[in-house]
Amino acid sequence: MNKPDPLRTAQEQGRIRDLVERGLRRRYRAERRFRAYGLAAAVSGLLFVGFLFLSIISTGYTAFVQSYIQIDIRFDAELIDPEGKQVEEILRMGDYSGVFKAALREKFPQVEGRRELRQLYGLISDGSAFDLRDMVLDDPRLIGQTRELWLMASDDIDQLVKGKIDRKLPEDQRVVSDLQLGWLDALTAEDRVERRFNRVFFTAGDSREPEQAGVLGAVVGSFLTLAVTLLLSFPIGVAAAIYLEEFAPANRFTDMIEVNINNLAAVPSIVFGLLGLAVFIKFFGVPRSAPLVGGLVLTLMTLPTIIIASRAAIKAVPPSIREAALGMGASQVQVVAHHVLPLAMPGMLTGAIIGMARALGESAPLLMIGMVAFIADIPGSLTDPATVLPVQVFLWADSPERAFLERTSGAIMVLLVFLLVMNAAAVILRQKFERRW
Amino acid sequence: MAVESKTQSRSAALETATAAAGGSEPTARRTVGDVSVPNPVMTCRQVNVHYGDKHAIRDVSLDVAHNEVIAMIGPSGCGKSTLLRCLNRLNDTIPTAVVTGTITLDGQDIYERRQDVVQLRARVGMVFQKPNPFPKSVYENVAYGPRIHGLAADRTELDEIVQTSLQRAGLWEEVKDRLDQPGTALSGGQQQRLCIARTIAVGPEVILMDEPCSALDPIATARIEDLIDELRQNYAICIVTHSMQQAARVSQRTAYFHLGDLIEVGSTDMIFTNPKHRLTEGYITGRFG
Ligand SMILES: Nc1ncnc2c1ncn2[C@@H]1O[C@H](COP(=O)(O)OP(=O)(O)OP(=O)(O)O)[C@@H](O)[C@H]1O
Ligand SMILES: [Mg+2]
Repeated sequence: MNKPDPLRTAQEQGRIRDLVERGLRRRYRAERRFRAYGLAAAVSGLLFVGFLFLSIISTGYTAFVQSYIQIDIRFDAELIDPEGKQVEEILRMGDYSGVFKAALREKFPQVEGRRELRQLYGLISDGSAFDLRDMVLDDPRLIGQTRELWLMASDDIDQLVKGKIDRKLPEDQRVVSDLQLGWLDALTAEDRVERRFNRVFFTAGDSREPEQAGVLGAVVGSFLTLAVTLLLSFPIGVAAAIYLEEFAPANRFTDMIEVNINNLAAVPSIVFGLLGLAVFIKFFGVPRSAPLVGGLVLTLMTLPTIIIASRAAIKAVPPSIREAALGMGASQVQVVAHHVLPLAMPGMLTGAIIGMARALGESAPLLMIGMVAFIADIPGSLTDPATVLPVQVFLWADSPERAFLERTSGAIMVLLVFLLVMNAAAVILRQKFERRW
Repeated sequence: MAVESKTQSRSAALETATAAAGGSEPTARRTVGDVSVPNPVMTCRQVNVHYGDKHAIRDVSLDVAHNEVIAMIGPSGCGKSTLLRCLNRLNDTIPTAVVTGTITLDGQDIYERRQDVVQLRARVGMVFQKPNPFPKSVYENVAYGPRIHGLAADRTELDEIVQTSLQRAGLWEEVKDRLDQPGTALSGGQQQRLCIARTIAVGPEVILMDEPCSALDPIATARIEDLIDELRQNYAICIVTHSMQQAARVSQRTAYFHLGDLIEVGSTDMIFTNPKHRLTEGYITGRFG
C-alpha cells in the first residue's frame, strides 16, 4: 500500500527514461520499415504503369502513320462515265477500282495472269477506290486527265513498310509474296513509297480493312454515351445525396435505401447490362446499341459511386457553417444551396470523376445491350447504333489481321487521352470551386 | 401558452426520481431572485429540454429585458448553451432534442406552429463560440442575411447595410479595403467581429452570444466587450461566458445555472457581491466550477 510513487524517485525517473528511449528506438525502426514498404509499393506501382505505357506506346505509335504509294492515275472516262453524262449518280457508280488497277498495270506492264495481277492489285488498299470517287465527285473535270497521286497501301504492305513483317521469312510463311516484295522495292527505289500521318485513323469509323479503320466512331460513341451518363448520373446522384443527408427522416426506409445504395456500388457491372436490357430495351423500347441506352446503363452503374462520394462530401461540410447559416435565418434549402453545395462540390466532382472514369472503361454491361456490333458509321445522334472505345479495343484485339494489333494499341492510347482530357476538365472545374473560398 | 402535459409529467417524474435518489438538493429547484422584468423582449416559462433521456434543462423561467445584457454563467454542461439555442430554436436541428414550456418573443410564443423559424432567427441573431464566417468574401458574409431576407432594394442599399454593420461591429476600418477577400482569412478576433456584423446586419431584436470571446486574446476580447456595451443601446443581448470578470464587466443582470437548474438571477452587482444561494456563492468565489 505504501509503495513510493514510481514517478517520484530519481532512480525511477531514470528507468522510465530508459524505457522510453528503448521504445523510441523500436518506434523509429518500425517507422523506417513502414516507410520502406510504402516506397517499395509506390515504386513497383510506378514500374508497372511505366511498363504498361511503354508496351502500349511501343506497339501502338505506328498506328498513327500509314504507308502511301504514289502512282500515275488516269481518270479514264471509259471506266468512270462512259456516256459522258457527268451526272452525280453515274459518277458515283463508276469503276474506280478499275482506275487504280489500270494504273498499276500500266506501272508494271510485264505482270500477267490472274493470280499475279491479283497480287499486284493487293498493293493498294481497296479503299482507294472511294478516295478516287470522292475526288471525281468533287471535281468532275478530272475525268480524262492523269494525276500523280498518293494512294493508301493495303494493310499487309503497310505492315511490311513499317517493318512489322519479316521479309526474310520463307514466302509461304508471310502474307506478302516475293513478287509483291519486288514491286514494292521497285517503287521504293523511285521514292514512290512514303509513310504519312494516318488521318484515316482519326476520321473514320470501324472497317473490316485495317487501313480504313478509324476510332472516330468509337470516340463519338463514347462521348455521346458518357454525356448521357454524366447528364443523368451527376444531377440525380447529387440530388439523392442531398436528400439522404439533409432531408430524409431517419427511419427504416431510409436505412434500407442506404444499405441498397452501398450494395449497388459493389454489383458486377455486367449485371447492370442485363438490367438495362430488360428494362430500357425490352420494357421501354429504347433502341438497342445506341448511346442513349448505353448511357442509361452506365448511369445505373455510376450512380452509387456518385451518391456515396457526394454524401461523404456533404458530411464533411463543417457543422459550424451550417449552424451559422441557420442562425442567420436561412431555410434548409438555402443552407444547402448557398453553403453546403458549394463546399461539397469539389468532393462531389471527385466522385463524378471516379464514376465517369469507370464508365469510360466499361465494356461488359455494354455487351449486353448490343453495343458490341460492328458499326462502320459514325453515330450522329443518341439513337444511332454506336460502339465505345473499350469495345472497339476489344473488337480489334479480336481481329486476325496483323495490322489491327497496332490499331488496338492506338485505340487504347486514344482511350487514355480521352480519360486524361476528361479528368483534366474535372480537375480544372474542381479547382475553380475550391478557389472560391 | 399551453405546456405539453405529457412531457411535463414525465419531467416531474424524473425530478421526483432524482430527488428520491438524493441526486440534487431540493433547495436547488426554486430559482432565487426575480426572474421577470417589466416589459421583457423574451420570456421563458417552465422550459424543459430533453436530449433523448438526458434532461438538460429543468423548469427554467427567465426574462430578457430591452437594452440589457444578461450574462449566463455556470459550470460546464449545466445547460447554458442549450437554453440559448432554445431562444432561436436552433435546437430544432438536433433530432433528439425535445423542448417544452413556453418561450415568447414580444409576447408571441415562438414554438407555436404559426411561428416561422426563418422569421424568428432574423429577429433573434446568434454569435457562436467559435468564429464561423462563411467561406465567402467579407462583403458577402455581411450581405448574406440582408440578401436572404430581402432587406435591401438595390446594391447601394446593400452596400450601406454592409458598411454600417461593419462600422457598428468596429471592423470597418480594418476591412474596408479588402471587402472582397475571404472572411476566413481574417484573424480570429476580426472573424468574430465579422460574425457580429453579420448578425446585426439583419437588425435583430435580440442577440445571443455563446462564449463569443473564448477563442480570443485579451485585446480582441476587450474590443468585443466594448462592442457589446455599445450594442446594448439597440439590442437585448444574452451572453454565455465562463469568465466571471467578463460577466461582471458587460452585463447588467446575471443568471447562474447548475446542472440544468437556474439557481439564481439578479442584477450583476448583486450576484457578484452578495449572492443569495450557496451554490452561486461557491461558483463565484471559485470553490467549484
Ligand atoms: N446534442 C446533444 N445531445 C445529447 N446531449 C446533449 C447535446 N447537447 C448537449 N447535451 C447535454 O446537455 C447538457 C447541457 O449541455 P450544454 O451544451 O447546454 O452545456 P453548457 O452549459 O453550454 O456547457 P459549456 O459551458 O461546456 O458549453 C450537457 O450535459 C450535455 O451533455
Ligand atoms: Mg456551451
